[in-house]
Amino acid sequence: MSQPIGFTQIFNITILLRGNRIMNYHWNWRIFWQASPDGVGTYMDTLWSGLLWTMATALTAWVMALILGAVIGTIRTMPNKWAVRFGNAYVELFRNIPLLVQMFLWYFVMPELIPTAAGNWLKAMPNASFITAVLCLGFFTSSRVAVQVSAGIGSLPNGQKMAGTALGLTLPQTYRYVLLPMAFRIILPPLTSEFLNIIKNSSVALTIGLMELTARARSMQEFSFQVFEAFTAATLIYIVVNIVVVNLMRLLEKKVAVPGFIVAGTASAGGH
Amino acid sequence: MFGNFDFDVIQRSWVYLFTTGMTFTLQLTLFAMIGGVFLGTILAMMRLSSSKPVSLVATGYVNLVRSMPLVLVIFWFYFLVPYIGAWLIGAKEPIKVGAFSSSLITFILFEAAYYCEIMRAGIQSIPRGQVSAGYALGMSYWQTMSNIVLPQAFRNMIPVLLTQTIVLFQDVSLVYVLSITDFVGAASKVAQRDGRLVEMYLFVALVYFVLCFGLSLLVKKLQQRVAIIR
Repeated sequence: MSQPIGFTQIFNITILLRGNRIMNYHWNWRIFWQASPDGVGTYMDTLWSGLLWTMATALTAWVMALILGAVIGTIRTMPNKWAVRFGNAYVELFRNIPLLVQMFLWYFVMPELIPTAAGNWLKAMPNASFITAVLCLGFFTSSRVAVQVSAGIGSLPNGQKMAGTALGLTLPQTYRYVLLPMAFRIILPPLTSEFLNIIKNSSVALTIGLMELTARARSMQEFSFQVFEAFTAATLIYIVVNIVVVNLMRLLEKKVAVPGFIVAGTASAGGH
Repeated sequence: MFGNFDFDVIQRSWVYLFTTGMTFTLQLTLFAMIGGVFLGTILAMMRLSSSKPVSLVATGYVNLVRSMPLVLVIFWFYFLVPYIGAWLIGAKEPIKVGAFSSSLITFILFEAAYYCEIMRAGIQSIPRGQVSAGYALGMSYWQTMSNIVLPQAFRNMIPVLLTQTIVLFQDVSLVYVLSITDFVGAASKVAQRDGRLVEMYLFVALVYFVLCFGLSLLVKKLQQRVAIIR
């Protein structure tokens, strides 16, 4: 398509805007080396510990999401009609409630619905917000992984399942040794974006008091009044994490690729 | 199990929840969708432009926004918009921007990146021959886009655009971090005032579930109807 006229002008204006935008704001990039009031060390250390919490939450929840997602995704492809209905209900339940509300449900509502003693024990745990965030993100993402897993299994030729059972494997064995290993290879690209999503979504846990990266940037802004430095740093860290994850997953894709089998993404996932 | 709970709180507050909270949420969703699709379409056209700088700028913007968590973007614009506004009208001090306009700008700019990817797929789903045919008839770039490519791209992508809008509708709840009274914010205010967190959050979850599930069923129906038979 030919180049639309007028865009260059728009960009010149945007660049101008960037240069003049911030007038009475006092930039202070050395803020990162100053001591922060939260006692961790410098503001840099504050953000670093935020990143560690973000990654710890995302990785733990990701393991949970992969396991649960594989199970539910498999159930959705089973011959039993009721099993499929259960799988679909599971997916719809976690997909149609905002993540923020799910956080609140796990944090405020769940401890009240279980027996009082267990609820009190949960509420008194030192890392309650971390555990809640992992549970919430794990279940939330598992429903999205499940959709990908069933799409991956569905995209396999029917002959693979028949070949498996013809070789004398039971149905669970066919899933375990034939279908799931292939399906997971096929859905690696959408799983990559789900993993990136779980890292980003962990920031919602700041509403229940988890001091992850975004929360740390926010607290840095509150203590130091250096709004834009704090958020710029957090943004840069998120970008670096993204790039690292994307490249690691590309390596993994190459490593696990089955020779002679063209791997392509399936079922594009909307949302974030 | 629900012995200690008092579900009357919902009866007492539902008018407030829907007139104040849900109205805000729905208005924000609707305007952010219109703005986001518009800006997203322009971004998609820029990404597909043959000019390297133009497509680089759009690609950079989309990748930047897509690698940031929405909560962080909401914080960014909450602090940034007053400065941008001051620059636009030439004021010396950062201007005061209302909660609605501030979050509307945030969601338009954020969702545009996601709508852009959808519209890009939509534009690419139209055979290139149609663009050439447009040029052969003497149409300009804008005439070809607005008369031939975009109407078909929109039609092909309506189900995906609407699915993304359901995601947007859920995402709007995150304005809670700015203490704005959207549906979740209203419910949480009542919940904290009356000490009825369990009842209120269960009710909020139920309302969201019914709305989003119903809408997604409608989108599925629509998907079958708008599909162009080739």
